[in-house]
Amino acid sequence: MGGMRFEGSDNYVATRDLTLAVNAAVTLQRPLLIKGEPGTGKTMLAEEVAAALGLPLFQWHIKSTTKAQQGLYEYDAVSRLRDSQLGDPKVEDIAHYIVKGVLWQAFECETPCVVLIDEIDKADIEFPNDLLRELDRMEFHVYETRQMVRARHRPLVFITSNNEKELPDAFLRRCFFHYIKFPDRETMGKIVDVHFPDLKKDLLREALEVFFELREVPGLKKKPSTSELLDWLKLLLAEDIPPEALRAKDQKAAIPPLHGALLKNEQDVHLFERLIFMARQNR
Amino acid sequence: MLVDFFLHLKDRKLPVSTKEFLTLLEALQRGVIGHSLDDFYVLARAALVKDEAHFDKFDRAFAEYFKGIESLPGMDKAIPEEWLRQSMKRHLTPEEQAKLEKLGWDKLMEEFEKRLAEQKGRHAGGSKWIGTGGTSPFGHGGTHPEGIRVGGKSENRSAVKVWEKREFRNLDDQVELGTRNIKVALRRLRHFARTGAAEELDLEGTIAGTAKNAGWLDLHLRPERHNAVKVLLFLDIGGSMDDHVRVCEELFSACGSEFKHLEHYYFHNCVYESVWKDNRRRHTERIPTQEVLHRYGADYKLVFVGDASMSPYEILYPGGSVEHWNEEPGAEWLTRMTTTFPRAIWLNPEPEHVWQYRQSTGLIRNLMGNRMYPLTIDGLTRGIRELGK
Repeated sequence: MGGMRFEGSDNYVATRDLTLAVNAAVTLQRPLLIKGEPGTGKTMLAEEVAAALGLPLFQWHIKSTTKAQQGLYEYDAVSRLRDSQLGDPKVEDIAHYIVKGVLWQAFECETPCVVLIDEIDKADIEFPNDLLRELDRMEFHVYETRQMVRARHRPLVFITSNNEKELPDAFLRRCFFHYIKFPDRETMGKIVDVHFPDLKKDLLREALEVFFELREVPGLKKKPSTSELLDWLKLLLAEDIPPEALRAKDQKAAIPPLHGALLKNEQDVHLFERLIFMARQNR
Repeated sequence: MLVDFFLHLKDRKLPVSTKEFLTLLEALQRGVIGHSLDDFYVLARAALVKDEAHFDKFDRAFAEYFKGIESLPGMDKAIPEEWLRQSMKRHLTPEEQAKLEKLGWDKLMEEFEKRLAEQKGRHAGGSKWIGTGGTSPFGHGGTHPEGIRVGGKSENRSAVKVWEKREFRNLDDQVELGTRNIKVALRRLRHFARTGAAEELDLEGTIAGTAKNAGWLDLHLRPERHNAVKVLLFLDIGGSMDDHVRVCEELFSACGSEFKHLEHYYFHNCVYESVWKDNRRRHTERIPTQEVLHRYGADYKLVFVGDASMSPYEILYPGGSVEHWNEEPGAEWLTRMTTTFPRAIWLNPEPEHVWQYRQSTGLIRNLMGNRMYPLTIDGLTRGIRELGK
């Protein structure tokens, strides 16, 4: 995997520092931890890197109840109990009741592969610690069948976090880290271009104007992010809204059409409408 | 080679470890980056810093270290500081600047290396050599539109580096406090317990039950885990607290979505014999504090939010309240509350360094047994840790 390099893709605009962090992780075969505002493309990164490098992707989405063990394997004791009561001959071999987890599947993969551990901070605080050795050595022991599972090729591991919990230092020391900061206007233009290549120039300009202005509105509980902008543009295109309709400056503070796609919080919508109302009165 | 750099980061209190430093060296050795200081900056940050809250600190440390002795890694040529010292400065007219030809980046690097090799002594002014105040693309304080700045302060801003922009300034955990950050901090207070309807399979219980049942399947269920922490929130409202409305609102809304058992009450400056739940009806619908003390169990955690800025009389003397005649001093009520709810903290939206100048802040702090924390992410985290003890 040493010779591989990621340079962004047709569907994903990667800034220079992001590609550098990815390449460092690829070259040194260390996990890459990605943080950033929600909706800035953390999860998409793994998919795009896998696609760009032509590697299979194994995804492991973490929930608050996910245990580290589930990524390795699970022993389905209940099925075995049931089979034993039904007199099924399968019951003799415990291996029939070992269910492989995402990491096991990735370790078994014939080619190098990409593993995404999505939203690791959702899990219990001990979760990352329980995976330390497995991610470091890329091997683990199956207690039930007394077998050792080793990765044929060290997979490229992407880990995303929303910062809901602090990750243990020992875990962090083993990763590269990149924080996806919110794209500036220029990068955002590129991102939109990649998603909607046919978008009219003036519509894009007006839309970005509205979008960045909206992000500047003080007191919003959740600022609209990249994914919300893309959804909104999709709606604008579907409804065939002309660019002039977005030009708030002409009509002085009109409510942008379909703003529900950008503001997802009732209080934010109220706040926004109130501000617009006040702006109109001051006209 | 970069040991000094590493020690410098350590010196600036960045939590970097030897393992991470070795990773950085390995990455350099494996040629992850080319000969560019910008790339080195990004790589060093990805390898050494694991929390965006430390990015700003890293940027500052990086700028400090690479100021003066700035050398491009891999080029193996340090530029003597003395030789770069700003001794002379030429001010060019815009016309003159426009005349300077613009070189492409690759060409620029190439030229730079070439001249590094050619150059012998210190150089200032002129238009070819590396030095200060000249019009050559190299050196610093110069006016070439696409120059590479080497050390020193940027004056014309055309070669400003990322780490001097300090884009991550407001991510430092001392300052920013958004609803989301507060939620994250509050989450540390989670205390999971199993109560309510049994709907999750208890595997150990099932196995044990089945074994006891001589092999016949005996399913056991148990209730799901959820956050069982209980919080009593007391908010100071009005007067000097008006400056802090936004941050208090944020705290309040974050609490609301984070805790199932959350009760809030308002008070003004200090708690006395009654509090209220609705600010619009604060004069008609007051709740005796005594009732609050009786209603909730000692397992509730008590959180005061207030700036503790008032006249000391309001705490120490009967009748000291600015709003009404209070029979007993505020201190008495405060002590009563912290005795009933031993897990208690006071969050103060005023910055920590001004506390010492206010007598009342000191008094409240003493009454709270020093458990007063600033209303920043860092303070909240410390406070939550205290509550969790």
